[in-house]
Amino acid sequence: MNQTLPMPATPFCTPQPLLRVRQLGKRYGALTALHDASFDLWPGEVLAVVGESGSGKSTLLNAVAALSRPDSGGVEYRLRDGTLEDVHALSAARQRLLARTDWGFVHQNPADGLRMDVSAGANVGERLMGLGWRHYGQLRATALEWLQRVEIDPWRIDDTPRVFSGGMRQRLQIARNLVTSPRLLFMDEPTSGLDVSVQARLLDLLRRLTQELQLAVVIVTHDLAVARLLAQRMVVMQRGRIVESGLTDQLLDDPQHPYTQLLVSSVLPP
Amino acid sequence: MNAPTPSAPLQAATAAACSSAPAINFAYLDERSKRMIRRALLKAVAIPGYQVPFGSREMPLPYGWGTGGIQVTAAVIGPNDVLKVIDQGSDDTVNAVNIRRFFQRTAGVPITTQTRAATLIQTRHRIPETPLREGQIIVYQVPVPEPLQRLEPRETETRTLHALAEYGLMHVKLYEDIARHGHIATTYDYPVLVNGRYLMSPSPIPKFDNPKLHRNPALQLFGAGREKRIYAVPPYTKVESLSFDDHPFEVQRWEAACALCGATDAFLDEVIIDDQGTRQHTCSDSDHCQQRRAAASTVAA
Repeated sequence: MNQTLPMPATPFCTPQPLLRVRQLGKRYGALTALHDASFDLWPGEVLAVVGESGSGKSTLLNAVAALSRPDSGGVEYRLRDGTLEDVHALSAARQRLLARTDWGFVHQNPADGLRMDVSAGANVGERLMGLGWRHYGQLRATALEWLQRVEIDPWRIDDTPRVFSGGMRQRLQIARNLVTSPRLLFMDEPTSGLDVSVQARLLDLLRRLTQELQLAVVIVTHDLAVARLLAQRMVVMQRGRIVESGLTDQLLDDPQHPYTQLLVSSVLPP
Repeated sequence: MNAPTPSAPLQAATAAACSSAPAINFAYLDERSKRMIRRALLKAVAIPGYQVPFGSREMPLPYGWGTGGIQVTAAVIGPNDVLKVIDQGSDDTVNAVNIRRFFQRTAGVPITTQTRAATLIQTRHRIPETPLREGQIIVYQVPVPEPLQRLEPRETETRTLHALAEYGLMHVKLYEDIARHGHIATTYDYPVLVNGRYLMSPSPIPKFDNPKLHRNPALQLFGAGREKRIYAVPPYTKVESLSFDDHPFEVQRWEAACALCGATDAFLDEVIIDDQGTRQHTCSDSDHCQQRRAAASTVAA
């Protein structure tokens, strides 16, 4: 086999990170929700953020995705032209453009990320229409293609997400986000509202899509199995701080920090 | 019909006014309120299609009956204006008659039913078929000024969408129409883009009238009383109806002609005329229909 295969999604081949998060801090009154959080993310890399409830995972994700403003620190993102830009210094217009073209955000509750009263096809097409697509036939063809890619029956294109099951809604939300071929996807507990078999199917799908599309992903989860299955690297959070970070397998097999040890040991064997 | 006949109460009021200040100010609204509305109007004209908030006043009729339009009319009307009021194209429906009488009594201005003779036209649901000319003002009564409201209920968000000109959402609505009905089924309040910038609700006029908004020589003012918004389309402004490349904007067409005047190029209402369900089409614009019939009878005579 002398065929040259496409470069696999090993993050360390690319010298330049896609996202640089430096010393993020966020306070809610007297409560320190996030303290001194830093990490880099390379193109095509999946990073899991794990920790118990209230450990600051979602605060970190929202601050990185420019949905909330951190009190200190900064987030830099490498645009398609190669320049590194401070996300929070961009104008609101550019932040929003970035968020609906180059980024995606998958919410825990699909109703937060979908328009529940418009059809699945329009949900998928909305970002494209926002980018100026004005051809109904093309929009519909693209929507059909994406529904198939996330394993939703094409004949349900005109149904609203309201009549979809939880798993279908979540897959539709993923399709809606991926339609503009983003390079970076944020996911906040994407599997936690689903039953176990549906979770497994969604994880399978996510793993396939991230590999196919060379997506960089920041995924927040409290489920170590999700992290093990999807992520190459993970960070562990406790009380607003990143207490440990490293390669997923290494970290799960040989946890160093007492909290990580506790977290790993508290997973019930099936 | 053009000569105003002051009603008895107004005459009494005028008689009483001779000794002191008049009981009702010219055109009902006090001058400070008019000035406030005029300021909003100037801003609206300066930014075509942008919704300017204004301090909507309590009017002697309920919201939904044209309080926004009346306030705009009251703010721009002068003693030399000739007023025409239409509702659904007709001069003799309840809303039109009431508003016309309101201004007859409070402003004493001459009124007309002829589009050509009017300098100021207040309208609900139609633009007259007779082309408007320079110097005329048309005032629309608007129930829902925000075209995105049904799609995005948060006003903070719709304002941001306007500010950043993010109007993809409006096409979601049109997409839904085509997905459900096979064509763009929105027939009234059809969204338009004004001057290439602001998305605007043209008020519930039929989409048949949308082309008349485009580069109209008259000044077009829109007032929403309950929602407290004023917006405007200055004369000769570009007004474009949204569409898809493969589903272009189209106006309604009828198989029938007007049963009274024979018009085939006007907006027609289908009316049931007897208990057997016999239907006929007639012009919705009563003045246009009358003019055509008058012209036909002079030719015949």
